[in-house]
Amino acid sequence: MQEQTKMIELQSVNKWYGPSFQVLKNCSLTVGKGEVVVICGPSGSGKSTLIKCVNALEPIGNGRITVTGVEVSDPKTDMPKLRSKVGMVFQHFELFPHMTILENLCVGQEKVLGRSPKEALVKANALLERVGLTDHAKKYPSQLSGGQQQRVAIARALAMDPVAMLFDEPTSALDPEMINEVLDVMVALAHEGMTMMVVTHEMGFARKVADRIVFMDGGEIVEIGGGDSFFDNPQTERAKSFLSKILAH
Amino acid sequence: MKGWNWEGFFEYLTNYYLLEGALITLGLTVFAMTAGLFIGFFVAMMRMSRYKILSAPANFYIWIFRGTPLLVQLIIIYTGLPQIGIKFTVIQSTLLGLALCEAAYLAEIIRAGISAVPTGQVNAARAIGMRESQVMRYVVAPQALRIIIPPLGNSVNSVLKTTSIASIISMEELLRRTQVLIQEKFLVLELFTVAALYYLAMTTAWELIQRRIEKRFGKAYGPMSVDAH
Repeated sequence: MQEQTKMIELQSVNKWYGPSFQVLKNCSLTVGKGEVVVICGPSGSGKSTLIKCVNALEPIGNGRITVTGVEVSDPKTDMPKLRSKVGMVFQHFELFPHMTILENLCVGQEKVLGRSPKEALVKANALLERVGLTDHAKKYPSQLSGGQQQRVAIARALAMDPVAMLFDEPTSALDPEMINEVLDVMVALAHEGMTMMVVTHEMGFARKVADRIVFMDGGEIVEIGGGDSFFDNPQTERAKSFLSKILAH
Repeated sequence: MKGWNWEGFFEYLTNYYLLEGALITLGLTVFAMTAGLFIGFFVAMMRMSRYKILSAPANFYIWIFRGTPLLVQLIIIYTGLPQIGIKFTVIQSTLLGLALCEAAYLAEIIRAGISAVPTGQVNAARAIGMRESQVMRYVVAPQALRIIIPPLGNSVNSVLKTTSIASIISMEELLRRTQVLIQEKFLVLELFTVAALYYLAMTTAWELIQRRIEKRFGKAYGPMSVDAH
């Protein structure tokens, strides 16, 4: 892969919880610009930890992570600045409950990027229209359904004009009927060429948009495969057994 | 037996000197809460620090000031410290004692409020690029404030009454002035009843204000809100 097309790079990342429990074991992965990488694996395999390490919400033990060539684990790196360029969507939405939907979309633009309130508002309204929630601009998060809240959370991340987006199980906390409205937004984003790292159990989504699938188990990256080839022809026994369990019916 | 003196009671109920005493009590309360919140915030931040050099002094401070009576603290400040050359006037001692003592209690309330804001909120704020001070200011503090408003209101009520302890070092607040007036006609029951009514009026007024504040801050979470999460 060409140097300039690398967006996110993990090199031999190790991480421990406490002195003995190793949650990430020698994880290496490169995500190119415009690439969609889905990370899957059984619960407790370290997927969420891995993605949280990319924008340093979790510190790593050793190894190296770079985002747009900037080293995340370097103490000299201006982390807030780097994070503002990487959007993140959480399992439990994490909208700010004391702010209206519009305020949620504007606070980062104004306080972090220094945009004027007017500028921020234009952007926020455009994004709300994009995720189909214009009518809810003045409401508080608690007045919205889970699916709506997650769409707002995606819009909040996009408001910062990120160069890449991280999704940490974005649909796991949603009722089944709301999953698709969120996935639709993510599919559209992928088709627009957004660089995405997505931790998810939605294998339909993975098959449709993922350029590569990363399969993790026990803190290790066990297998990395192209979208279709991973599902049709998994190379490792562990991936086969995982797929047979989740695709059984 | 002298019996109850209505005339004296009403005279003292509208006594300017006492009314002024009540205002001083009010002033002491406002000061203790304001200074206590300010100091308490920093003590809480220190206590939550992962650096022992910050958290240990904070723990020590809270331990001392919550573990000893305000009465003893005031006497030490006013009558004890001059012995080693540190002199404070009555007013200075009162303000210092009230603020330091209250800060210890408020620090614990503030700490509890901040800890109650879910980590996910902090992560979300960091993820959009906020610096630690911005995370605190725009995301954690407003949510913590809502959580600590009820206990904070109780503190105001409590401080209002606690200020009466300063009368022991002759601080001229409501209780001290009541005691001074007793020397006039020895209407002990009438005067203390008047003082009690003043305290009651102030705590009742505060209760009404507190209810309004709680209503206002609850609204920000929307009418359908059950709780933050």
